[in-house]
Amino acid sequence: MDANALKQALQQRFGELAWQYSESRRGERRLVIPAGQLLSYLEFLRSDCGFDALLDITCVDYLHYRGAKDRFGLVYLLGTSTSGERLVLRCYLNEPNLKIASAVPLWEGANWLEREVFDMFGIAFEGHPDLRRVLLPEEFAGFPLRKDYPLRGRGERHNFERISRNQS
Amino acid sequence: MASGLLEPPASAIDQEYRWTLNFGPQHPATHTTLRILLQIEGERVLDARPDIGYLHSGFEKIGEHLNYNQYVTVTDRMNYISPLANNIAWHSAVENLLGIDVPLRCKYIRTILAELARISDHLLCNGACALDTGAFTAFLYAFNQREELYQIFETLCGARFTTSYTRVGGLMYDATPKFIEQVRQFVKNFPKVHADVCRLLNRNRIFVERTKGIGVLTKAEAISRCATGPVARASGVTRDLRKDSPYLAYGDFDFNVICSTDGDCFHRYLVRMDEMLESLRIIEQALENLPPGPVNVPMADRAILPDKSRVYNTIEGLITHFEVVMTNRGFQSPRDECYTAIEAPNGELGFYIVSDGSETAYRARCRPPSFIHFAMFSHLMKGHQVSDIVAVLGSLNVIAAELDR
Amino acid sequence: MDVSVPENVMVTKLDSLASWCRKNSLWPMPFATACCGIELMATGASKHDVARFGAEVFRFSPRQCDLMIVAGRVVMKMLPVLQRIWLQMPEPKWCISMGACASTGGVFDTYSVVQGIDRFIPVDMYVPGCPPRPEQLIQAIIDLQDKIQREGTLMGKEFQTEARQRPKRALLDIVTPQSAPRPEPLPIIPNVGV
Repeated sequence: MDANALKQALQQRFGELAWQYSESRRGERRLVIPAGQLLSYLEFLRSDCGFDALLDITCVDYLHYRGAKDRFGLVYLLGTSTSGERLVLRCYLNEPNLKIASAVPLWEGANWLEREVFDMFGIAFEGHPDLRRVLLPEEFAGFPLRKDYPLRGRGERHNFERISRNQS
Repeated sequence: MASGLLEPPASAIDQEYRWTLNFGPQHPATHTTLRILLQIEGERVLDARPDIGYLHSGFEKIGEHLNYNQYVTVTDRMNYISPLANNIAWHSAVENLLGIDVPLRCKYIRTILAELARISDHLLCNGACALDTGAFTAFLYAFNQREELYQIFETLCGARFTTSYTRVGGLMYDATPKFIEQVRQFVKNFPKVHADVCRLLNRNRIFVERTKGIGVLTKAEAISRCATGPVARASGVTRDLRKDSPYLAYGDFDFNVICSTDGDCFHRYLVRMDEMLESLRIIEQALENLPPGPVNVPMADRAILPDKSRVYNTIEGLITHFEVVMTNRGFQSPRDECYTAIEAPNGELGFYIVSDGSETAYRARCRPPSFIHFAMFSHLMKGHQVSDIVAVLGSLNVIAAELDR
Repeated sequence: MDVSVPENVMVTKLDSLASWCRKNSLWPMPFATACCGIELMATGASKHDVARFGAEVFRFSPRQCDLMIVAGRVVMKMLPVLQRIWLQMPEPKWCISMGACASTGGVFDTYSVVQGIDRFIPVDMYVPGCPPRPEQLIQAIIDLQDKIQREGTLMGKEFQTEARQRPKRALLDIVTPQSAPRPEPLPIIPNVGV
């Protein structure tokens, strides 16, 4: 689906003001959408625009980004299963309302991707079947990929018992 | 396979003799560090719940603290079976962000390396899958070829597999004639070993029975579960970035995308085996047409460190050197975000880079194919036997360092 | 008085005999987590063939092993597993820390990677390199054999000396002392939890 057709389809479905479409220098397509309507956009793009593959879900913490207005940017990378076409879907979230609809009903593969975003950034996906930490231990507190979390952690990596030769 | 196998029998739910079996994180068949919690009834797996993160080392957090050239060393350690593919993926993404177009010779050399990495990855994946399902000889054959590849990489950059070979806008060194000679030799010898491995496994009754019809992934499921690479292609998804959006020099070569429709472990193995031969074809064509010329972008672009001889002998070289290495100068990156992916041996390996204008990424997200493939493990395991776990694990090629990052 | 023994009889100390047996039949437990594990596999494979030094019997059950080779980075989720496996190994036992990550954390100076396993379990031999070449690992095994022959005793007295008990690192004061309570968990930011 080429850019103009995509824009037209979006306009018909969602009106003109809700979304912003842009292209990068290298022709990467981006779409910024309101966070509340994420699921309907995803569904529309999947069924009517042919973006049937979800490639990745990730998040960016814009805390120290110069000139950024929003704290978190959620990024959904959509593609097609037949060609190399791609679309970057973005929406913004701010504290304290870090909640967004889960994409698991549309793509099974979103399950772990959303768990990872929850693990690293603490964004809750509503309607997710099993929202637990995936990479870090259950008892871990804090969200390491947030910008206010230090690279070397807060001492978690040293917090173990030592085994000496006597004990073993 | 009968569809009834996928669902646990209703009567089994209430029965008390279901066992919970812990598989890993230290287990010979997990190769690295995975943990699976199994609910079993007799030999049948009712539920397999993966528990990962036993190798989570904060790659993405490091990416926010190392600059675009330094981070390549960390990508080596991501998928350590095919580090060159990671190097190339990372620097393709950075070059896409900075708007650098590398010279043709660099593209060709990178293509050769990406395909060598694919061969080494598939060799280990298939060899280890065979090892786990009881065919030890095939593993030794495959590992022997990997030693050959290690020697090629060592000639190229001095390290056996933590190569760190690419740089922003080029390569660490140009490929030497000795390297090209070694690759030619490898291309000549490899088909024989490939045929040997095929003869050992393709009609090996034990191997075929342990993999055929096991872990079936249909096309619809492959799309819904975001599979890419050989796993998706074995299920009939024809997506291959090398063909669909040719990057590097893939547009210049003639090769086929290997697909299958069955989507079981055996066909994933077959797809990988045939992909190696296609890779060999690409390498052959690239070697024949390897263009002369520089491998790095011109010095004026201020993206890459200039030659030492120019640093010592010319004032421009010296200035450029300092411009690049000084912490507050470095190269200029636009305030932008971009996603760039390559077809890595395991599937689509992409980097999503957010730049805030400095020489360090503001956010370096990696799309790890292993992570996405391992997510469907519990789906693939439902209704199978305990002994099928190793076959499914082997055919998904889960690399823990890429899985957990 | 002149004591003569037949030609096929040798007189030695029991300690030395036990050490001689032990050093030539090390059974490694490959605790391979990351890249170094691939080099560990290469060490065991046909080209480098660690069987020449009597250490080829890789066993994945800690109960059968006496040499733990920690190959690759150990992260905080993995460390309790490592400690447990170490405790399960029977005495006498030795530990090789293979590669920069296992010895010091290497390039991974991050929130989740343990900065050197010797902070938490005893280590006998360190192998530098990222990853070390198979030759380096073989050298470490040879050195460990020397060490076992040199100071090994039948009853394992060498493990109880003062020097062995002393923590090895100057950095150890960073580590929270065992008696100190675990730090309070950090507060979870409200409105985020599940």
